[in-house]
Amino acid sequence: MHKGHTWERVITAIPYLWLFLFFLLPFAIILKISLADPVIAQPPFTPMFDEQGNLSVSFDSFIFLLTDKLYAITYFKSVMLAASATMLCLLLGFPMAYGIARSEPTTRSILLLLIVLPFWISFLLRVYAWMGLLNNYGVINNMLMWIGAIDQPIQFMYTDFAMLIGMTYSYLPFMVLPLYATLERMDLDLVDAAQDLGATRTGAFWDITWPLARPGVIAGCLLVFIPAMGEYVIPYLLGGGESLLIGRVLFDEFFVARDWPLASSVAIVLLLILVVPIMLLQRYQARDAENA
Amino acid sequence: MQHRSRFLLTVLSFGYAFLYIPLISVVFYSFNKSSLATVWGGFSLRWYGELFRNDQVLEALALSLQIAATSATFATILGTMAGLVLVRFGRFRGRTLFSGMIVSPLVMPEVITGLSLLLLFVSLQQLIGWPAQRGFSTITIAHTTFAMAYVAVVVQSRLTSMDESLEEAAMDLGCRPLRVLFDITLPLIVPAMVAGWLLAFTLSLDDLVIASFVSGPGGTTLPMYIFSKVKLGVTPDINALASLIILIVSVGLLLSWAAMRKRSS
Repeated sequence: MHKGHTWERVITAIPYLWLFLFFLLPFAIILKISLADPVIAQPPFTPMFDEQGNLSVSFDSFIFLLTDKLYAITYFKSVMLAASATMLCLLLGFPMAYGIARSEPTTRSILLLLIVLPFWISFLLRVYAWMGLLNNYGVINNMLMWIGAIDQPIQFMYTDFAMLIGMTYSYLPFMVLPLYATLERMDLDLVDAAQDLGATRTGAFWDITWPLARPGVIAGCLLVFIPAMGEYVIPYLLGGGESLLIGRVLFDEFFVARDWPLASSVAIVLLLILVVPIMLLQRYQARDAENA
Repeated sequence: MQHRSRFLLTVLSFGYAFLYIPLISVVFYSFNKSSLATVWGGFSLRWYGELFRNDQVLEALALSLQIAATSATFATILGTMAGLVLVRFGRFRGRTLFSGMIVSPLVMPEVITGLSLLLLFVSLQQLIGWPAQRGFSTITIAHTTFAMAYVAVVVQSRLTSMDESLEEAAMDLGCRPLRVLFDITLPLIVPAMVAGWLLAFTLSLDDLVIASFVSGPGGTTLPMYIFSKVKLGVTPDINALASLIILIVSVGLLLSWAAMRKRSS
């Protein structure tokens, strides 16, 4: 592995082995179990080699996933919801990041701190906070009834709307921080020069600011989209029993239905959907590390 | 503010209100006397008192803190090694796979990480009888694995931005490479290691999804306890618990922010 000193080899080997054992090997196991059939046994799936040593592989779980309409709808809905949350984060996060990057250094560091703070508070509690707001007798409904805008509480909880708000809220810092990093590095004189030369404000934005901010936009969108796709807590707490998202279906398929091969197939298909976004993000992060 | 515009100010105010109103409302309702979580019944500290008499909360907290401290320590050791390997050890066979494995846990959806580790533990149990029981050890291993990626990134960026001349000077003066590592390099990256440890500790304390996958009966962490309660709706004692966590995190972050500003000025 290594040509250097023995101790260098040891220092390389320890984290290498750890990741091999606890990161790479588990994926091989998911793949293996996704190719088995569910049986009522312990563990609840057929072995890869039967007693005679013959290879027994079954694509039934994948075929079921691809032909079952409910799964198609669930994947589609997860993609749509994650994409919508990403767009909302971008619409709100871009002007926020721009505003932070353009403020005075002292204000800027306070504003940044206030973006980072919610990130350190548990994700679960931040989603929970919205339960109190969106409830039928929660803060928003009470407020609306108090000012007389409505007589009956509006059903916010257990809807797609609630999940969308929850995702936008939880992942907004992931959008603002990379956007801020690129916007802060940008040379403001470029925008001024363009305007001096007769560009309109919108023209200068689309011709200069937007192209320069694009790496941050891409990174921010991926950082929101990828975790939102596999979201488990938000559909559980804010979405209703009907609102199935893929992360929750995976969990229930495993622990409630105890269909391990199907749960593994669900995970692999999710990973296949995310493989392009994940590789894009890694390439971006590698390039960013070189530039830093 | 240069280029001050009403539009930016409006968006910033809206954005920060959006971020903070939910948190403020949780803290506000934690002082509610009524046992109906969203109907105001006067000021009271009742729910804070009940929290400290709730053995389940205290047990779950103790388990979470133990797991967080242990996994953060392992993650710091392994992540620092990985960071050193990536920045200082040059090319070696398998480096691409190594750097790929290091950053992957950062971008992997939690449900996939959780499921894959659980399947590993189940398979290991059948093959070698370990882990006989899932709980502290399995959650600690899972948290170490994803947190070491964060530590490696923090250490890596510190090492790349660091001046190599001190290490080179020591080497030129005849210092053995291993002594350079322990006497020069490691002391210089201690701040990054501390930051990495704190990050790993927080990530472990916060994690619900991965822990829910790899835990077994009896191994209930604080987020798992909170989740099992809030699944049924908003409760006043969880409001109190959430408020305490918000308070601790805010004070901790403000202090470290102030310390950082003082050092840089």
